[in-house]
Amino acid sequence: MAEFSLPKNSRIQPGKHYPAKEGAKRTRTFHIYRWDPDTSDNPRMDTYEVDLASCGPMVLDALLKIKNEVDPTLTLRRSCREGICGSCAMNIDGTNTLACICAIEDCKAGDVKIHPLPHMPVVKDLVPDLTHFYAQHASIKPWLQTTTPPPPDRERLQSKQDRAKLDGLYECILCACCSTACPSYWWNADRYLGPAILLQAYRWIVDSRDEATGERLDALEDPFKLYRCHTIMNCTRTCPKGLNPAKAIAEIKKLLVERRS
Amino acid sequence: MSQFRTPRKIALGLGSARHGVHHFLVQRITAIALLLLGLWFVWFVLRLPGLDHAGAHALLAEPCNALLMGLFVVAAFWHAQLGLQVVVEDYVHTHGWQLVLQVGIRLLCFLGAAAGVLAVLRIALGR
Repeated sequence: MAEFSLPKNSRIQPGKHYPAKEGAKRTRTFHIYRWDPDTSDNPRMDTYEVDLASCGPMVLDALLKIKNEVDPTLTLRRSCREGICGSCAMNIDGTNTLACICAIEDCKAGDVKIHPLPHMPVVKDLVPDLTHFYAQHASIKPWLQTTTPPPPDRERLQSKQDRAKLDGLYECILCACCSTACPSYWWNADRYLGPAILLQAYRWIVDSRDEATGERLDALEDPFKLYRCHTIMNCTRTCPKGLNPAKAIAEIKKLLVERRS
Repeated sequence: MSQFRTPRKIALGLGSARHGVHHFLVQRITAIALLLLGLWFVWFVLRLPGLDHAGAHALLAEPCNALLMGLFVVAAFWHAQLGLQVVVEDYVHTHGWQLVLQVGIRLLCFLGAAAGVLAVLRIALGR
C-alpha cells in the first residue's frame, strides 16, 4: 500500500540554530533540511539567520553564504547559477524550483523552508539520488533514430514549421522539479516515467527527422509508463523553465488514440 | 537494494504492456455519456417527489425513460469500475491485495449493472 506517514528513521527532528552575526542589519531566517548518511541520526531542520545586506539576491546565494561562512557541512548541488544546468533543484517554500533563479524576496513572507526534491532517496542534505530518474530518461532512447542514412553533403533538413514544434520541449533541463512534484510519480516512480521523461519522449516523437515514432509510441503505450498521468498539473505549475509537461503528455495520449482510428 | 541489477534494467522493468488506449477512451466516452445522461437523470429525479409509487413506476416504464435509465446504470457502473481500477493501481502495491480488489471491483460493478438493468427491464415490461 502507499505509505502516508514517514518511517521512524525518516521523521524530521528540530535541529541546530545559527544566529546572525552581531551587527546584522537585514536578517532572514532559513530552515534547511539536513541528513547525514554517516550518522544514525534522524533528519533535522537546521535554522540559519542570514544577513541579506551582505548576501546575493537568490536563494542559492544564501545557501552558498551559509556553506562558506557558517556551516561548511551543508551539502547541495549547484553549477551554472543561471537556471540552465538544473543542478540546484530543490523544494523551496513548498514548491520545487531552482535555487539559483528563485529570488529570496519572492519567497513567502516569514521564514524560508528548504527541503530536497520530494519523495526521492536522499544522498545527503539537499542532494537527492536521481539514478532512477536518469535511467528512465535513457530508457526512452533520447536521441535521433533513423534508418535512412543522412545526406552525404549536409545535415538532415527540417522545415521552420517542424522546428517550431520543438519549442517548449527542447528547453527542458531535466532538473526533475516536475517529476518530483507529481503525486503519481511519488506513488509509482518504479514504473511511471513521470512528466519530465514523457516531455522528453514527446520531444523525439514530434521531431520530423526521427523515424522511430511508432516504436516510441509502442514503448509508451502502457497503463503505468504513461497512463499514470491523471492531469494533476503540478508539473506545469512547478516547472522553473515555464514549460508545460502536462500538454506534452496529453499530445502523446492524443497520438495514441489517433493511430487507432 | 538493486540486487546487482543496473539502473537501466530496473527502469525498463517488464517493458510496455502495449495497451491502455482502450481504457483511456472508454473512460472518457462513459464520462461524456454520464454528463448527458446525468442531465436527464436530474430531470427524472426532480419529477419523483410529486408522484406516488404507481406514478413513479409508470414514469420509469415509459420506453424512453426506461432506455435512458438502463444506459445510465450501465455507463455509471462501467465508469466506476474503470475509475476504481485506477485508484487500486495507484495506491495498492501488494500483489495479492491488488488481485483481490481488481477482481472484486469488476464483479461488484458487473453485478450492480446487471441488477440495475434487470430492475429497469422488469418495470418497463410490467412484470
